[in-house]
Amino acid sequence: MKTKNVLIAILALPVMIAIFLVAGSRKIMAAATPANGQPSAAASTVKIDNFSFGPQTVTVPVGATVTWMNRDDIPHTAVSTDGVFKSKVMDTDEKFSYTFTKAGTYAYYCTIHPKMTGQVVVQ
Amino acid sequence: MPDKNDFIDQKLQDLNNDGVDRRGFLKCMAWAGTGLVWTMSGGIPMSQAFAKSADRHGGKRGDFSFVQISDSHIGFNKPANPDVTATLQTAIDKINAMPHKPDFIIHTGDLSQLSKPSEFDTLDQVLKGAPAKQIFFVPGEHDMLTDNGAEYLQRYGKGTKGTGWSSFDHKGVHFVGLVNVANLKAGGMGSLGHEQLEWLEDDLKGRSASTPIVLFAHIPLWTIYPDWGWGTDDSEQALSYVKRFGSVTVLNGHIHQIMQKVEGKVSFHTAMSTAFPQPAPGTAPSAGPMKVPAEQLQQVLGITDVNYVVSGRSLAVVDSPLAASAS
Repeated sequence: MKTKNVLIAILALPVMIAIFLVAGSRKIMAAATPANGQPSAAASTVKIDNFSFGPQTVTVPVGATVTWMNRDDIPHTAVSTDGVFKSKVMDTDEKFSYTFTKAGTYAYYCTIHPKMTGQVVVQ
Repeated sequence: MPDKNDFIDQKLQDLNNDGVDRRGFLKCMAWAGTGLVWTMSGGIPMSQAFAKSADRHGGKRGDFSFVQISDSHIGFNKPANPDVTATLQTAIDKINAMPHKPDFIIHTGDLSQLSKPSEFDTLDQVLKGAPAKQIFFVPGEHDMLTDNGAEYLQRYGKGTKGTGWSSFDHKGVHFVGLVNVANLKAGGMGSLGHEQLEWLEDDLKGRSASTPIVLFAHIPLWTIYPDWGWGTDDSEQALSYVKRFGSVTVLNGHIHQIMQKVEGKVSFHTAMSTAFPQPAPGTAPSAGPMKVPAEQLQQVLGITDVNYVVSGRSLAVVDSPLAASAS
């Protein structure tokens, strides 16, 4: 647990520094500072290529929106194994977005090709 | 009379001798467009070339043939085949040109690309030109993309149970259509599910062991390549129910290429697609549609003719590429 916290701090540090730099020099994008004041990457993209989710694990802050984009010639879905989110069928170049409002680890898979699995870690 | 070169693959299985004739096996690798003709003989499936099967067995009483088509993916329009309706039409033309008329046709799934009503409409339109009045379907995963397959079941699932499974008898052969594309679990492959397995056990119970059995389903009922999900997690359970039968033929689609295996009394066969080829297991980063030069496409698509011959004690499965009819 302790190791994990240290890790999070290390991961978060560059983000915080970047935000300070941006804030200090020019206007801040509204999306970069959610209402709760936590620093946020705001958005993250998972690309579907060659029947796999990339990256397979994506880590985002609470409040972030993850967008899946299908770049295969075959339709795919991204569906949470716990039923938290469920994309429509994404044909080639179609997208699906979901905003994560609670911390946790969300495992998901493609219901058409269940060998395709991934997870979203919300911190 | 078509030349023997018209038939890219010819496979004869004589289960009495446990011998497999793989004449033309290499040619088979060049097929584009699939049809498999299964001839049943004495309860044992045997595959052979379209014209030959008719010459040899066509007139015998009780003999019959049926055609398997698969993976028509109506609605697909990517570079691997921008006109899948045309290649399905070619497959139907090929069936019409066969010297013997099949008693019926089996479609082993992925009728459509996206389960759209318009895609099913187009499919129906093309299939109207088929010589056989009766067509039996099992769904592929592409046919159940929306509403848990409601659109598919409404159109093609009449008289079926659950997510579309059913069985029927034809001239002494018992056919079972299974569904292994519904309610798939994360990380898994194809799945039949407890309810369907129970139904299957019950369906086969009390049948004579000499009854020839034909099982057909979309995803292979044998494990071909787990990394790509080319198998069915609970297929062993299903196969345990058919072990006591003297002749079992398993027909699948999904992998868009011919693969065959004989294990004891059970003979497995996968059909080509009528839409686009897929790579051999592990030869590409993924199982996605494989683009081949346009002039080669019809060599890797095809149909499957299956002949049943009462006297010969063997069932013939003949895969033919679409190219054979086009050349």
